[in-house]
Amino acid sequence: MVPVSAYVVVSAILFVTGLAGVLIRRNFIIVMMSVEIMLNAANINLVAFASHLDSLGGQIMALFVIAIAAGEAAVGLAIIIVVFRGKIATNVDQINLLKW
Amino acid sequence: MVQIFFTYFALVSIVAGILTVSLRSPVHCGIALLALLGHVAGLFVLLHAEFVAVVQIIIYAGAILILYLFVLMLLNLKTEERYFHRRHAWYITGVGALTVELLMVLLASRFDGAKGPATVEAVEQIGNSMAIGIVMFSDYLLLFEIVGVFLLGAIVGAIVLAKTPSQADLSGDER
Repeated sequence: MVPVSAYVVVSAILFVTGLAGVLIRRNFIIVMMSVEIMLNAANINLVAFASHLDSLGGQIMALFVIAIAAGEAAVGLAIIIVVFRGKIATNVDQINLLKW
Repeated sequence: MVQIFFTYFALVSIVAGILTVSLRSPVHCGIALLALLGHVAGLFVLLHAEFVAVVQIIIYAGAILILYLFVLMLLNLKTEERYFHRRHAWYITGVGALTVELLMVLLASRFDGAKGPATVEAVEQIGNSMAIGIVMFSDYLLLFEIVGVFLLGAIVGAIVLAKTPSQADLSGDER
Protein backbone atom coordinates (compact mmCIF):
# COMPACT_ATOMS: atom_id res chain seq x y z
CA MET A 1 0.00 0.00 0.00
CA VAL A 2 1.44 3.35 -1.07
CA PRO A 3 1.08 6.02 1.64
CA VAL A 4 -0.84 9.15 0.76
CA SER A 5 2.21 11.31 1.46
CA ALA A 6 3.94 9.73 -1.57
CA TYR A 7 1.13 10.95 -3.84
CA VAL A 8 1.28 14.37 -2.20
CA VAL A 9 5.02 14.54 -2.85
CA VAL A 10 4.57 13.64 -6.53
CA SER A 11 1.85 16.27 -6.75
CA ALA A 12 4.08 18.89 -5.12
CA ILE A 13 6.95 18.18 -7.51
CA LEU A 14 4.64 18.41 -10.53
CA PHE A 15 3.09 21.63 -9.24
CA VAL A 16 6.47 23.27 -8.74
CA THR A 17 7.55 22.11 -12.20
CA GLY A 18 4.49 23.77 -13.71
CA LEU A 19 5.09 26.91 -11.69
CA ALA A 20 8.68 27.09 -12.94
CA GLY A 21 7.37 26.64 -16.49
CA VAL A 22 4.93 29.52 -16.11
CA LEU A 23 7.69 31.75 -14.79
CA ILE A 24 10.55 30.99 -17.18
CA ARG A 25 9.05 30.06 -20.57
CA ARG A 26 8.51 32.78 -23.15
CA ASN A 27 6.08 31.00 -25.47
CA PHE A 28 2.47 31.66 -24.49
CA ILE A 29 1.29 28.18 -25.49
CA ILE A 30 3.96 26.49 -23.36
CA VAL A 31 2.93 28.71 -20.46
CA MET A 32 -0.62 27.39 -20.81
CA MET A 33 0.69 23.81 -20.96
CA SER A 34 2.50 24.50 -17.68
CA VAL A 35 -0.80 25.64 -16.20
CA GLU A 36 -2.25 22.27 -17.28
CA ILE A 37 0.59 20.55 -15.39
CA MET A 38 -0.33 22.52 -12.27
CA LEU A 39 -4.01 21.60 -12.62
CA ASN A 40 -3.01 17.94 -12.97
CA ALA A 41 -0.95 18.16 -9.78
CA ALA A 42 -4.01 19.53 -7.98
CA ASN A 43 -6.06 16.65 -9.40
CA ILE A 44 -3.60 14.08 -8.04
CA ASN A 45 -3.94 15.68 -4.63
CA LEU A 46 -7.74 15.66 -4.75
CA VAL A 47 -7.99 12.03 -5.84
CA ALA A 48 -5.31 10.87 -3.38
CA PHE A 49 -7.16 12.40 -0.46
CA ALA A 50 -10.49 11.10 -1.74
CA SER A 51 -9.00 7.62 -1.64
CA HIS A 52 -7.29 8.21 1.71
CA LEU A 53 -10.39 9.54 3.46
CA ASP A 54 -12.86 7.14 1.77
CA SER A 55 -14.92 9.94 0.25
CA LEU A 56 -16.03 10.54 -3.31
CA GLY A 57 -16.06 14.32 -3.08
CA GLY A 58 -12.42 14.61 -4.13
CA GLN A 59 -12.96 12.59 -7.28
CA ILE A 60 -15.94 14.76 -8.24
CA MET A 61 -13.90 17.91 -7.64
CA ALA A 62 -11.21 16.44 -9.91
CA LEU A 63 -13.84 16.03 -12.64
CA PHE A 64 -14.87 19.67 -12.20
CA VAL A 65 -11.23 20.74 -12.40
CA ILE A 66 -10.95 18.90 -15.72
CA ALA A 67 -14.03 20.75 -17.00
CA ILE A 68 -12.59 24.11 -15.91
CA ALA A 69 -9.30 23.21 -17.63
CA ALA A 70 -11.19 22.53 -20.85
CA GLY A 71 -12.85 25.95 -20.73
CA GLU A 72 -9.57 27.65 -19.87
CA ALA A 73 -7.80 25.96 -22.78
CA ALA A 74 -10.55 26.97 -25.24
CA VAL A 75 -10.61 30.64 -24.23
CA GLY A 76 -6.83 30.89 -23.86
CA LEU A 77 -6.14 29.41 -27.28
CA ALA A 78 -8.74 31.73 -28.83
CA ILE A 79 -6.90 34.67 -27.27
CA ILE A 80 -3.60 33.33 -28.69
CA ILE A 81 -5.13 33.13 -32.17
CA VAL A 82 -6.41 36.71 -31.94
CA VAL A 83 -3.05 37.99 -30.71
CA PHE A 84 -1.18 36.13 -33.43
CA ARG A 85 -3.54 37.43 -36.11
CA GLY A 86 -2.68 40.97 -35.08
CA LYS A 87 0.95 40.18 -36.00
CA ILE A 88 2.11 40.30 -32.42
CA ALA A 89 4.47 37.47 -31.52
CA THR A 90 3.36 34.72 -29.15
CA ASN A 91 6.08 35.42 -26.62
CA VAL A 92 4.58 36.63 -23.40
CA ASP A 93 7.14 39.39 -22.90
CA GLN A 94 6.27 40.93 -26.29
CA ILE A 95 2.54 41.11 -25.55
CA ASN A 96 2.63 44.37 -23.62
CA LEU A 97 -0.18 46.34 -25.25
CA LEU A 98 -2.02 46.72 -21.95
CA LYS A 99 1.11 47.45 -19.97
CA TRP A 100 1.03 50.77 -18.22
CA MET B 1 3.17 -4.78 -7.17
CA VAL B 2 1.32 -1.54 -6.48
CA GLN B 3 4.57 0.03 -5.30
CA ILE B 4 6.30 -0.88 -8.58
CA PHE B 5 3.50 0.63 -10.65
CA PHE B 6 3.39 3.71 -8.44
CA THR B 7 7.13 4.23 -8.80
CA TYR B 8 6.90 3.86 -12.58
CA PHE B 9 3.94 6.22 -13.00
CA ALA B 10 5.35 8.79 -10.58
CA LEU B 11 8.84 8.84 -12.09
CA VAL B 12 7.63 9.00 -15.68
CA SER B 13 5.11 11.74 -14.94
CA ILE B 14 7.72 13.85 -13.17
CA VAL B 15 10.23 13.38 -16.00
CA ALA B 16 7.54 14.17 -18.57
CA GLY B 17 6.59 17.30 -16.63
CA ILE B 18 10.18 18.50 -16.59
CA LEU B 19 10.49 17.76 -20.32
CA THR B 20 7.28 19.70 -21.02
CA VAL B 21 8.75 22.74 -19.35
CA SER B 22 12.26 22.43 -20.77
CA LEU B 23 12.02 21.15 -24.36
CA ARG B 24 12.52 23.71 -27.09
CA SER B 25 10.03 22.76 -29.82
CA PRO B 26 6.40 23.41 -28.79
CA VAL B 27 5.23 20.21 -30.51
CA HIS B 28 7.72 18.16 -28.48
CA CYS B 29 6.38 19.88 -25.37
CA GLY B 30 2.89 18.80 -26.39
CA ILE B 31 3.97 15.17 -26.78
CA ALA B 32 5.69 15.27 -23.37
CA LEU B 33 2.48 16.68 -21.90
CA LEU B 34 0.61 13.75 -23.47
CA ALA B 35 2.95 11.31 -21.69
CA LEU B 36 2.40 13.20 -18.42
CA LEU B 37 -1.40 13.04 -18.76
CA GLY B 38 -1.37 9.31 -19.51
CA HIS B 39 0.78 8.46 -16.53
CA VAL B 40 -1.24 10.67 -14.21
CA ALA B 41 -4.26 8.65 -15.38
CA GLY B 42 -2.32 5.56 -14.30
CA LEU B 43 -1.88 7.11 -10.85
CA PHE B 44 -5.65 7.63 -10.72
CA VAL B 45 -6.23 3.94 -11.48
CA LEU B 46 -3.90 3.02 -8.59
CA LEU B 47 -6.07 5.22 -6.35
CA HIS B 48 -9.26 3.33 -7.34
CA ALA B 49 -10.55 6.33 -9.30
CA GLU B 50 -11.19 4.56 -12.59
CA PHE B 51 -13.81 7.01 -13.83
CA VAL B 52 -11.55 10.01 -13.30
CA ALA B 53 -8.74 8.16 -15.08
CA VAL B 54 -10.91 7.48 -18.14
CA VAL B 55 -12.18 11.07 -18.18
CA GLN B 56 -8.56 12.24 -17.94
CA ILE B 57 -7.65 10.19 -21.01
CA ILE B 58 -10.72 11.20 -23.03
CA ILE B 59 -10.98 14.89 -22.15
CA TYR B 60 -7.39 15.86 -21.41
CA ALA B 61 -5.41 13.71 -23.81
CA GLY B 62 -8.15 13.36 -26.40
CA ALA B 63 -9.64 16.84 -26.53
CA ILE B 64 -7.58 19.51 -24.77
CA LEU B 65 -4.19 18.36 -25.99
CA ILE B 66 -5.46 17.96 -29.56
CA LEU B 67 -6.73 21.54 -29.32
CA TYR B 68 -3.25 22.67 -28.27
CA LEU B 69 -1.61 20.76 -31.13
CA PHE B 70 -4.11 22.17 -33.64
CA VAL B 71 -3.33 25.71 -32.56
CA LEU B 72 0.42 24.99 -32.68
CA MET B 73 0.16 23.75 -36.24
CA LEU B 74 -2.24 26.55 -37.22
CA LEU B 75 0.13 29.25 -36.01
CA ASN B 76 3.30 27.74 -37.52
CA LEU B 77 5.54 29.01 -34.78
CA LYS B 78 9.21 29.29 -35.38
CA THR B 79 11.37 28.00 -32.59
CA GLU B 80 13.46 30.75 -31.16
CA GLU B 81 17.01 30.54 -29.94
CA ARG B 82 16.18 32.18 -26.64
CA TYR B 83 13.15 30.36 -25.35
CA PHE B 84 13.72 30.96 -21.63
CA HIS B 85 13.59 34.19 -19.72
CA ARG B 86 17.31 34.39 -19.02
CA ARG B 87 16.76 37.31 -16.70
CA HIS B 88 14.43 35.27 -14.53
CA ALA B 89 16.55 32.12 -14.44
CA TRP B 90 17.17 32.69 -10.76
CA TYR B 91 13.52 31.79 -10.24
CA ILE B 92 14.61 28.18 -10.71
CA THR B 93 16.84 28.40 -7.66
CA GLY B 94 14.01 29.73 -5.55
CA VAL B 95 11.60 27.18 -6.94
CA GLY B 96 14.05 24.35 -6.14
CA ALA B 97 14.46 25.58 -2.58
CA LEU B 98 10.66 25.80 -2.28
CA THR B 99 10.36 22.20 -3.47
CA VAL B 100 12.83 20.90 -0.88
CA GLU B 101 10.99 22.82 1.83
CA LEU B 102 7.62 21.44 0.67
CA LEU B 103 8.91 17.86 0.54
CA MET B 104 10.32 18.08 4.07
CA VAL B 105 6.98 19.34 5.38
CA LEU B 106 4.89 16.87 3.39
CA LEU B 107 6.90 13.78 4.26
CA ALA B 108 6.70 14.62 7.96
CA SER B 109 2.91 15.08 7.88
CA ARG B 110 0.46 12.39 8.96
CA PHE B 111 -2.68 13.42 7.02
CA ASP B 112 -5.37 12.10 9.32
CA GLY B 113 -9.01 13.02 9.10
CA ALA B 114 -12.57 11.82 9.44
CA LYS B 115 -13.22 8.83 7.19
CA GLY B 116 -16.18 8.98 4.81
CA PRO B 117 -18.60 6.22 3.89
CA ALA B 118 -17.18 5.40 0.45
CA THR B 119 -14.68 2.65 1.22
CA VAL B 120 -13.17 0.65 -1.61
CA GLU B 121 -15.45 -2.33 -0.94
CA ALA B 122 -18.59 -0.17 -0.75
CA VAL B 123 -17.75 1.54 -4.05
CA GLU B 124 -16.88 -1.72 -5.79
CA GLN B 125 -20.31 -3.15 -5.00
CA ILE B 126 -22.08 -0.68 -7.29
CA GLY B 127 -19.15 0.33 -9.47
CA ASN B 128 -17.05 3.49 -9.50
CA SER B 129 -19.00 5.33 -12.21
CA MET B 130 -22.37 4.69 -10.57
CA ALA B 131 -21.10 5.75 -7.15
CA ILE B 132 -19.73 8.98 -8.61
CA GLY B 133 -22.95 9.58 -10.53
CA ILE B 134 -25.11 9.16 -7.44
CA VAL B 135 -23.05 11.62 -5.42
CA MET B 136 -22.61 14.08 -8.28
CA PHE B 137 -26.31 14.36 -9.08
CA SER B 138 -27.39 14.66 -5.45
CA ASP B 139 -24.84 16.47 -3.28
CA TYR B 140 -23.02 18.28 -6.07
CA LEU B 141 -25.94 19.06 -8.39
CA LEU B 142 -25.61 22.85 -8.07
CA LEU B 143 -21.89 22.71 -8.91
CA PHE B 144 -22.66 20.50 -11.88
CA GLU B 145 -25.14 23.05 -13.25
CA ILE B 146 -22.70 25.91 -12.63
CA VAL B 147 -19.99 24.07 -14.55
CA GLY B 148 -22.46 23.57 -17.40
CA VAL B 149 -23.16 27.31 -17.58
CA PHE B 150 -19.41 27.99 -17.34
CA LEU B 151 -18.69 25.72 -20.29
CA LEU B 152 -21.42 27.43 -22.33
CA GLY B 153 -19.83 30.78 -21.56
CA ALA B 154 -16.40 29.45 -22.51
CA ILE B 155 -17.71 28.16 -25.84
CA VAL B 156 -19.42 31.45 -26.68
CA GLY B 157 -16.36 33.42 -25.59
CA ALA B 158 -13.97 31.32 -27.64
CA ILE B 159 -16.13 31.63 -30.76
CA VAL B 160 -16.56 35.41 -30.34
CA LEU B 161 -12.83 35.87 -29.79
CA ALA B 162 -11.58 33.66 -32.61
CA LYS B 163 -14.16 34.71 -35.22
CA THR B 164 -12.65 36.31 -38.30
CA PRO B 165 -13.79 39.94 -38.27
CA SER B 166 -16.03 40.71 -41.23
CA GLN B 167 -15.69 43.75 -43.47
CA ALA B 168 -18.55 45.56 -41.74
CA ASP B 169 -16.85 45.10 -38.37
CA LEU B 170 -13.59 46.46 -39.68
CA SER B 171 -15.06 49.61 -41.25
CA GLY B 172 -16.99 50.19 -38.05
CA ASP B 173 -20.29 51.43 -39.51
CA GLU B 174 -23.85 50.32 -38.65
CA ARG B 175 -23.75 47.70 -35.95
